[in-house]
Amino acid sequence: MAQMKFMCDAERCIECNGCVTACKNANDVEWGIQRRRVVTLNDGEADEMSISVACMHCDDAPCMAVCPTDCFYKTDDGIVLHDKDLCIGCGYCLYACPFGAPQFPQQDAFGERGKMDKCTFCAGGPAESKEEEYEKYGANRIAEGKLPLCAEMCSTKALLAGDAQDVADIFRQRVVHRGHEDGAWSNNPQASADNLAYDAARKG
Amino acid sequence: MNQLTAQAPGGVPHLRYWQGVWRWLLLAFALVLSLGITQVAHAQADPDREMSTAAPGIDADQWRQVRSGETGPNYRDSRYESNYNLINSSGETWRQWRNRWVSPFGLIVIGGMIGIITLFYLIIGRKHLEEPRSGRKLFRWPLFMRALHWSVASLFIVLALTGLNLLFGKFVFRGLFGDAFWGWMVSSSKVLHNYLGPIFGVLLIVLLVSLIKDNMPKKHDLEWFKKGGGLVGKGHVDAGFANGGEKAWYWLLATVGLLVVASGFVLDFPNFGQGRDTMQWANIVHAVGALGLTAVSIGHIYIGTLGTEGSLEGMTTGYVDETWAKEHHNLWYEEVKDQAVSEQELADRKASKDAGESPAPRSS
Ligand code: HEM
Ligand code: SF4
Ligand code: SF4
Repeated sequence: MAQMKFMCDAERCIECNGCVTACKNANDVEWGIQRRRVVTLNDGEADEMSISVACMHCDDAPCMAVCPTDCFYKTDDGIVLHDKDLCIGCGYCLYACPFGAPQFPQQDAFGERGKMDKCTFCAGGPAESKEEEYEKYGANRIAEGKLPLCAEMCSTKALLAGDAQDVADIFRQRVVHRGHEDGAWSNNPQASADNLAYDAARKG
Repeated sequence: MNQLTAQAPGGVPHLRYWQGVWRWLLLAFALVLSLGITQVAHAQADPDREMSTAAPGIDADQWRQVRSGETGPNYRDSRYESNYNLINSSGETWRQWRNRWVSPFGLIVIGGMIGIITLFYLIIGRKHLEEPRSGRKLFRWPLFMRALHWSVASLFIVLALTGLNLLFGKFVFRGLFGDAFWGWMVSSSKVLHNYLGPIFGVLLIVLLVSLIKDNMPKKHDLEWFKKGGGLVGKGHVDAGFANGGEKAWYWLLATVGLLVVASGFVLDFPNFGQGRDTMQWANIVHAVGALGLTAVSIGHIYIGTLGTEGSLEGMTTGYVDETWAKEHHNLWYEEVKDQAVSEQELADRKASKDAGESPAPRSS
């Protein structure tokens, strides 16, 4: 059984926002919603570093734990999906998520939130038909045997997506070539290749 | 190193040196190769050196800053109007607080309250009037106050039930009724809760303002508490219009109740740019306060209905029996006893009032 994960190699990310655009395109997401974002630390300085972030499909997902409607579920591939029919737009998943992944479309009267939207690892979501699935959640590339479009389109292959083991292997290889063990995450003690998945319990 | 080899041919201008050139090239090639290999080996042996050629990277201090949630002036997010930091560390803390403490202990406190009251009712039972009813009535609650009380009370109950559904419903009703019904149930809970909440808030404030004069703490209230409202020892304890317990409930609503309302507003209107951290706090304050109030309200409801004979009629009809007033609010009784009216008188008054209010014939 695969455990799907994203990994962004910050030493390769050139902040081109190609992943952001690819995602928008693949999933036809609503106006105002951007499932993936690129965060730049120390922008404009010599040590500037960028990283592309979206839902990380956590092992012990905080969003799942706090949702009042219990609308999240994990696929056999370890992908965290949610049912928009059940979502009430309470925002709790956003309060809990480490990565700011959940987003809410147009604010209704009195600022009420719409149904939550987030990265699906290009795995769609629960729906009666393919059309409905696309309409609500965007592409289901996983069903077609393809990986998320953001990672496939990444020009520098900074953004990796796939089974955690494969992603870890690629990253480990890079790190070996770079010659220092925390090759992408300089001095960050939490970032080792074996620790790609955010494990909330460990608070990494 | 590569620049060196690239320059090598350019450094040899004459044709007759071709042989020498080739030799030079080969040598240079060998040199580059060996250097390359040693460099890899070297790099593995000396991470610091590789580090110096790699992007400088983010140092531990900066990671600490990221983890702390601070963003700093040179932080940039490609998402439109995003005010998120990179890692929302407090999210996990909030989750633990809510799921591990607030949720189970809320259940324990509310369940415990129900248990204690049930036991109390079964063992000690209802507090009956000690003397027979005199049949003479005292006016206690004007229509406005009764309407206000029942509006606040019904809104409170609806808010409590819908709020509880948001916190605990998924453990019970999803499995019981299936997704379709549960989806309807929880979304209507949220809509009811979010729209009735502000109305409750406004009415609660009106109620608190109207009642503040009667609920100012007095010395005899201390005595009331020492005697457990009359449960401890013999005889009656002094009480004015409101007794010590009622005043405590009033001040609980005036403090915790307003806190619940205030935090509810923060959660209800996410469009004022309040961040996730604010929302997390608001949620904890709201849930703790609301669950506490819900537990205490069960006591209030019990005392007002099943628990004490003669209390409920005050809030429904507006009038209480003299005996009830004497036994529960003796100081108030002393003040108003000369205004007592007989049931007959009351019925007459009501009849004439109804007649007076019957629509007068109009000509137009
Ligand atoms: C005293 C009566 C009230 C009770 C018993 C109550 C109870 C609750 C409870 C138990 C929750 C769920 C907390 C959780 O899931 O962690 C909640 C959430 C909430 N409450 Fe209240 N509440 C009350 C009054 C109010 C008022 C006056 C407001 C608004 C002014 C309000 C607005 C909210 C909001 C917005 C939420 C978040 C739920 C969502 O967004 O779907 N509540 N309340
Ligand atoms: S990254 Fe956020 S939205 Fe995605 S699984 Fe983790 S907590 Fe849920
Ligand atoms: S916004 Fe929707 S998905 Fe998120 S916690 Fe609330 S109900 Fe669940």
